[in-house]
Amino acid sequence: MNQFSYVRVTSKESAISAMAKDKTAMFLAGGTNLVDLMKSGVTSPERLVDINNVPLATIEETKTGLRIGALAKNTAVAENALVIKHFPLLSQALKAGASPQLRNMATVGGNMMQRTRCHYFYDNALPCNKRNPGSGCGAIGGFTRMHAIFGASDKCIAVHPSDMCVALTALDAVITVAGPKGERKIPFGDFHRLPGDTPEQDNNLQRGELIIAVDIPFNQLSAHTHYLKVRDRASYAFALVSVGAAMQIKGGNIADVRLAMGGVAHKPWRLKEAEAWLKGKSATEENFRKAASMAMTNAKSQGGNAFKLTLAPNTIVEALKTAAAQA
Amino acid sequence: MGTDKKSEPINRVDGRAKVTGKAKYFAEFEVPGVTFCVMVTSPITRGTITTINTKTAERAPGVLAVFTHLNMPAILGWAEQGNNSKLPSGGERYRMLGSNKILFNGQPIALVIADTLERAQHAASLVTATYNKAEHHTDLLKNKEKAAMPPRMGDYTRGTDANAHNTAPVVLKADYTVPIEVHNPMELAGILAFWEGDDKLTVYAKTQGVKSTQRTLAGAFKLDEKNVQVYSEFVGGGFGMGLRTWPQEVTVAAAARALKKPVKLVLTRDQMFTLVGHRPYTIQHISMGATRDGQLMGIYHEATGETASYDDFTEGTVGMTRFMYACPNVTTKYRIVPLDRGVPIWMRGPGEATGAFALESAIDEMAYKVNMDPLQFRLKNFAETDPEKNKPFSSNNLKEAYQLGSKKIGWAKRNPVPASMKEGDWLVGYGMSTGVFGAHRGESTCRAQLNADGTLLLQSATSDIGPGTSTAMVQIAHEVTGLPIEKIHFELGSTAFPPSGSQGGSSTVSSVGSAVFDVCTALKGMLTEAGLTFDNGTVKPAAGKSDSLQEVLSKQNKTFFEITKSSKGGAEQEKYSLYSFSIHFAEVRVHPATGVVRVKRVVTVADSGRIVSPKTAASQMIGGVTGGIGMALTEEGIIDHRFGRFVNNNLADYHVPVSADVPHIETIFIDKPDPVTNPMGSKGMGEIALIGFSAAVANAVYHATGKRIRELPITPDKILSA
Ligand SMILES: Cc1cc2nc3c(=O)[nH]c(=O)nc-3n(C[C@H](O)[C@H](O)[C@H](O)COP(=O)(O)OP(=O)(O)OC[C@H]3O[C@@H](n4cnc5c(N)ncnc54)[C@H](O)[C@@H]3O)c2cc1C
Ligand code: SF4
Repeated sequence: MNQFSYVRVTSKESAISAMAKDKTAMFLAGGTNLVDLMKSGVTSPERLVDINNVPLATIEETKTGLRIGALAKNTAVAENALVIKHFPLLSQALKAGASPQLRNMATVGGNMMQRTRCHYFYDNALPCNKRNPGSGCGAIGGFTRMHAIFGASDKCIAVHPSDMCVALTALDAVITVAGPKGERKIPFGDFHRLPGDTPEQDNNLQRGELIIAVDIPFNQLSAHTHYLKVRDRASYAFALVSVGAAMQIKGGNIADVRLAMGGVAHKPWRLKEAEAWLKGKSATEENFRKAASMAMTNAKSQGGNAFKLTLAPNTIVEALKTAAAQA
Repeated sequence: MGTDKKSEPINRVDGRAKVTGKAKYFAEFEVPGVTFCVMVTSPITRGTITTINTKTAERAPGVLAVFTHLNMPAILGWAEQGNNSKLPSGGERYRMLGSNKILFNGQPIALVIADTLERAQHAASLVTATYNKAEHHTDLLKNKEKAAMPPRMGDYTRGTDANAHNTAPVVLKADYTVPIEVHNPMELAGILAFWEGDDKLTVYAKTQGVKSTQRTLAGAFKLDEKNVQVYSEFVGGGFGMGLRTWPQEVTVAAAARALKKPVKLVLTRDQMFTLVGHRPYTIQHISMGATRDGQLMGIYHEATGETASYDDFTEGTVGMTRFMYACPNVTTKYRIVPLDRGVPIWMRGPGEATGAFALESAIDEMAYKVNMDPLQFRLKNFAETDPEKNKPFSSNNLKEAYQLGSKKIGWAKRNPVPASMKEGDWLVGYGMSTGVFGAHRGESTCRAQLNADGTLLLQSATSDIGPGTSTAMVQIAHEVTGLPIEKIHFELGSTAFPPSGSQGGSSTVSSVGSAVFDVCTALKGMLTEAGLTFDNGTVKPAAGKSDSLQEVLSKQNKTFFEITKSSKGGAEQEKYSLYSFSIHFAEVRVHPATGVVRVKRVVTVADSGRIVSPKTAASQMIGGVTGGIGMALTEEGIIDHRFGRFVNNNLADYHVPVSADVPHIETIFIDKPDPVTNPMGSKGMGEIALIGFSAAVANAVYHATGKRIRELPITPDKILSA
């Protein structure tokens, strides 16, 4: 690990100006991802701006929904009564992630910003376009079991590992960020990027911008929700495939539905076409299956992850079935 | 002891020290002036180092030395041991920092030593090297043609019809794969070494055998063994990786001598994958023939495992097949393939666990082929005596174990038809398997010291990698002397104590326990001579005598009685075949859409003689089964062969089971003394807890789904693609 300096800031403004002063500075939130990256030499900031004392950890009800501060801990969000009441999908997704110890440290902003778990990215001895642009993608042609089936490029086939973000995508969350030029809002679905030719860029946050909060609009989807995460062990493993499903069902018909997948793309993968098709249809397994196969239209295997072409639609169906079955 | 009397389940005698942090592990010892070593490792898999630049690292703050092959002090013992032409690769041994050759990825190329760990880590990142890369081979499947018979294990054949496995009315042919598995104990490996002058070495080490570490170090530095002290009182899990004293441990001791300072090395987690062994990737072919009514006629079992290019690692993968079933014609072969990888080492249950996965899966497959209940099939082919050695078993209570286990799990109540049982969306399956491991006993020595206050101190240079050795030893002493548990103290993990073997091969209770038994028995005799006797938990004057223990001691001008006894198995043992047995029943749930497998319930029955310490024995079984769940469902070290490098060398991506993967594990002990093994009547049990378990799960998965998975671990993708 390189030497670095460390400052602790207590306000949004001081956080943003501390970042502006130093091109290699980075925000430190829970540190559960950044510190690992620093230890393995993947990321070497010369200055850490610790934002943990910036008052951005509240979870509050607004006129139109819930506002969750960027520094709210994953555990605090998952256990929050308002979240459980209005957006059980978010609580379920968070609890499916990492371990209790990590969730106690991890923040909402940090979770959104976490880097891929692609092994080649973490190993400095191996090529990786995301870590070292132009060095090649080590994963392609290698160990691809955990990699993307949607939206990959010939430069990068990594997936975004977050569970929380799958729920937030499904729930039409909106992110507020603040930078030297003021605040702006980014719809959740536009936050993360596909790798294209610039896999080094995970998302559309500008350098120096601070994530402040996430707003989730109220919806009618809380009665039928399920986050289904398929993984290699019962807990504490990243998703092979995960699906967040939320429905409003009226008289056996799907009045409204949200569907998103994790573990399949460089960003949390919203299934808008499948959603549109399901709307108004009856909540039957047959319809779920049709929607699932629709969602798979552009899926492409990398070899080692071919099983995801079966697992992903199956998981969509199972998530929808379980959600629909809820009383 | 040695009777049908049951031992009491007692708590671990060192449990409190462990949970309060009082128990010290090697890296926790504080030695004044200690310095910290970090290893720089090779990113290439085979070739030579052309240049290595240590200048920047040497100038970094706090750095005391950087050792590479260019300046590493010679290790005399190594130089003299030379090469070994018997090796499949032609003989060149791996000598860390001994030359510019790279023999495997992750091989250390430099030791950086600094005054703090962080400074050593930083300086290590500043060492750069250039390489001349050579073509490397790390994939066993692509190098099968290099398979060679290991120097220490020949082929085995019995019977008059070597082809029966091919020509019997019912024939099964199947291939099984066990991947690389990595021991991954919680505690990282390493050593803390310091010298007095040039010829007195003291180390705190993570080892499963203080005596073997002492021998290795004494050999490397050409010292008298008594000049090497090794301490390893507590070990945070070993599972076999501590059965060797690894080259980096020797080089660190050499560095400490050169620097005249204590040096501590703690491996990083990724180094645990490359530098302290692993369960070798092994492919197996089984061909099995039986009559239509389920009588085995022939078995052919061939296993091919990996070894390093510089060493011939050999293990007992096919041993079980030779004697487990009453089959007239059996052939086994074992081959090793030298690869450009670090050398494997026994991992819990070692080769037997790898072999049992194949054999016990094949037995299940054959049972279904001949339309028999897998349990009945095993009973039908039960070997009453050992068909390999042609000797009776010293004890074999497997039939009782089959009965107890099957009753407990509800075997008879299941619908035996594959894919016939359901619970909601989940498929339900039951599977079983047998495990077996030699009931080994080595020579062991124990010292007993009876103090004036009536407390008993026992000492032996054995190790405890977690099973609760001290607890079992205290319990044996308690049963021989009648002294209460709290008055007995057992010390281990120091070469200052009388010699014992390493903790491995499920032999500690049998070996060290016998020495404890013998020394306590001798102590009784000593007391009798002195007019004393153990009576109801204290030492009292013998009948007709009046002097108390204190009075006797003071008259003899002593502060304690002391006696040391060595113990080993007698000639009687030659007449028998000595084995521990286990039988595992697993109930699983398999989700047909997601391929997720959950172990729902486990019943494991051990026939390991008389149980000396029921509580720690149960823990041992639970731990073994947990390892078995890992082997069956989650654990796999994955290498990208293009680079020869692991791509999951951390505990987030190498999946050891978490609590949520482990259901209630019911342990049942036959708890009958073996008349031959040792005076306690015990047999080993560390390995049998795991051996065979993975097959029970695979068999249960087959019963649940009708899908036969022959490659471990059984992850969701394999279920979906089967
Ligand atoms: C072993 C392990 C297992 C895990 N398993 C899972 C899992 O199963 N599912 C899952 O979803 N996650 C998992 N995680 C990831 C975990 O969720 C993330 O590490 C965590 O959410 C990151 O949050 P943090 O606050 O610790 O971020 P940090 O590590 O502090 O920061 C991460 C990044 O975010 C930036 N950042 C932080 N806050 C802000 C902000 N407000 N504005 C702008 N930038 C910011 C930092 O500069 C840094 O680049 C796992 C992690 C580990 C180590
Ligand atoms: S998939 Fe992306 S992150 Fe992984 S090696 Fe390729 S470029 Fe790097």
